Amino acid sequence: MSAALDNSAPDSPASTEHVMPGKRVRLAVDRPMRLDSGVEIGGFQIAYQTYGTLNADKSNAIFICHALTGDHFVVEKHPVTGKPGWWEMLVGPGKPVDTDRYFVICSNVLGGCLGSTGPKDIDPATGQPYGLSFPVVTIGDMVRAQKLLVEHLGIEKLFCVIGGSMGGMQVLQWAVAYPESVFAAVPIATAARHSAQNIAFHEVGRQAIMADPEWRGGNYLLEGTRPEAGLAVARMAAHITYLSEAALHRKFGRNLQDRKAVTYGFDADFQVESYLRYQGAAFVERFDANSYLYITRAMDYFDLAADAGGSLANAFRPGGKTTPVRFCLASFSSDWLFPTSESRAIVHALNAVAGNVSFVEIETDKGHDAFLLDEPEFHQVIHGFLEGCAEHRGLSVRRRER
Amino acid sequence: MVDIRDDLKLIAEMVEPNSRVLDVGCGDGALLDHLAHTKNVDGRGIELSMDGVRQCVAHGLSVIQGDAETDLKDYPAEAFDYVILGQTLQAMKQPRDVLEMLCRIGRRAIVSVPNFGYWRVRMQLMLTGRMPVTEKLGYQWWETPNIHFCTLRDFVVLTEEMGITIEQTRIIDRAGRVTSRAHSGFANLLGEQGVFLLRRSGS
Repeated sequence: MSAALDNSAPDSPASTEHVMPGKRVRLAVDRPMRLDSGVEIGGFQIAYQTYGTLNADKSNAIFICHALTGDHFVVEKHPVTGKPGWWEMLVGPGKPVDTDRYFVICSNVLGGCLGSTGPKDIDPATGQPYGLSFPVVTIGDMVRAQKLLVEHLGIEKLFCVIGGSMGGMQVLQWAVAYPESVFAAVPIATAARHSAQNIAFHEVGRQAIMADPEWRGGNYLLEGTRPEAGLAVARMAAHITYLSEAALHRKFGRNLQDRKAVTYGFDADFQVESYLRYQGAAFVERFDANSYLYITRAMDYFDLAADAGGSLANAFRPGGKTTPVRFCLASFSSDWLFPTSESRAIVHALNAVAGNVSFVEIETDKGHDAFLLDEPEFHQVIHGFLEGCAEHRGLSVRRRER
Repeated sequence: MVDIRDDLKLIAEMVEPNSRVLDVGCGDGALLDHLAHTKNVDGRGIELSMDGVRQCVAHGLSVIQGDAETDLKDYPAEAFDYVILGQTLQAMKQPRDVLEMLCRIGRRAIVSVPNFGYWRVRMQLMLTGRMPVTEKLGYQWWETPNIHFCTLRDFVVLTEEMGITIEQTRIIDRAGRVTSRAHSGFANLLGEQGVFLLRRSGS
């Protein structure tokens, strides 16, 4: 397949988020970008945010990679949900990823639905939303687009790439695909390949979407319907995997929702049911069902070792030499979606090439979501690692007066 | 600069400047930090406890959470100039295998071991008839993580059996003073611990 998708036509209709805040840029306008599938895509849009100031020699840039349903609104109030930025605990003035000190970039992934080109955008060739005619993108493709963005910003080498979950996959991809363009990499709660169990969970979510009659074979935008029920169920199932039994029990136990006894029916008797229904309903307000299909697929296809001849260690030995990238991995003890063993496999591969790697498993009962939450020990590790790297990178120490 | 333990100082003295070092069981990273600042070494660490690792990484050290007995095998041969194992060989399930790995992944290994042949230890066992509990090894027999004690002589015999050359020796008494630079003679009686610089013979 080599059909060229060209979004660069000047009359190409703006995406539905033309009112969304933030920066955006059209990339690969002159020369289309070749996707892993073989399809070429040109003139696609990437929406992004930056925080802090790029220093004179452009050596203080940190690229944040967001997770499956995340976006580039890292710090500020989300323009759709009104909730605080998804990583405002970690990123900001005086925070571990200190925006007083670093220039922080985050972009919506290719195939996403908050401003970067994705399946809900208009295909200039047909004048209709892409739907399922959008090419399948991979983690490698997302990172290729990010690299173009970083080049567009005039940055040759990132000080650090950091992200959790699918963001962590992108971090690994960055380090493996562009080892000379990354000084430090922080893959958090992630894996070098998506496990069979995780592919299985994703398949449940996709089937829920596709089983919704409102999905219309992916043409819901054209037909004026919304597969809300399917997308909500997908989110509910996925949300369970982000938590832990201990966290669910602590939060809800078997408590009943606004009632004193069970109703012998199928209402949301239990608080946990009500909570999940709310999570599902809130999600459909901000996310596109087809984007969910594409992005989950990208995660499923991720397998760094397979791309390096079956050996993960080889992925970290570009040109036969040990990767120059400094790694810091973190996992969370109660995360069963991306368990510690997955991070450890990456550590072992880095050890096998005598790479520079730090790794810690953080004790917590908050499950996979812990990387988004207030985990002081995790934050200390990130802060310390970045400080140490800044020293090695020769970034001037700029301590805040307080 | 934080002051470091006496045996760690002796270990640090054995390390050449600008070398690559792996500290196995690096604790809070005191030795690695010391080596990084005084000898400009490229240091890495392995530590079992989350708190230890967190402290190390928070101080900018490259340390992984792991276990010497499971996580050393991945490293390629001679990945480091020195691999250090301070006071933990006796806590390993398979100390011989660990020693083998240390001498494989490091051009040199630096190992410190408490001496079960120390005269105070011998006296306690002889006079009280009970398992010795000393200031430095303050555990009762049923709670001690130290499951493979040896005397300095035992250690030396093992290195001979394994074809490991002892290049340097420091025998320390209870006050942390070096009493001998040889592992022969009265070292096995008068030394509370020994620090050894090792390399595989013929390498």
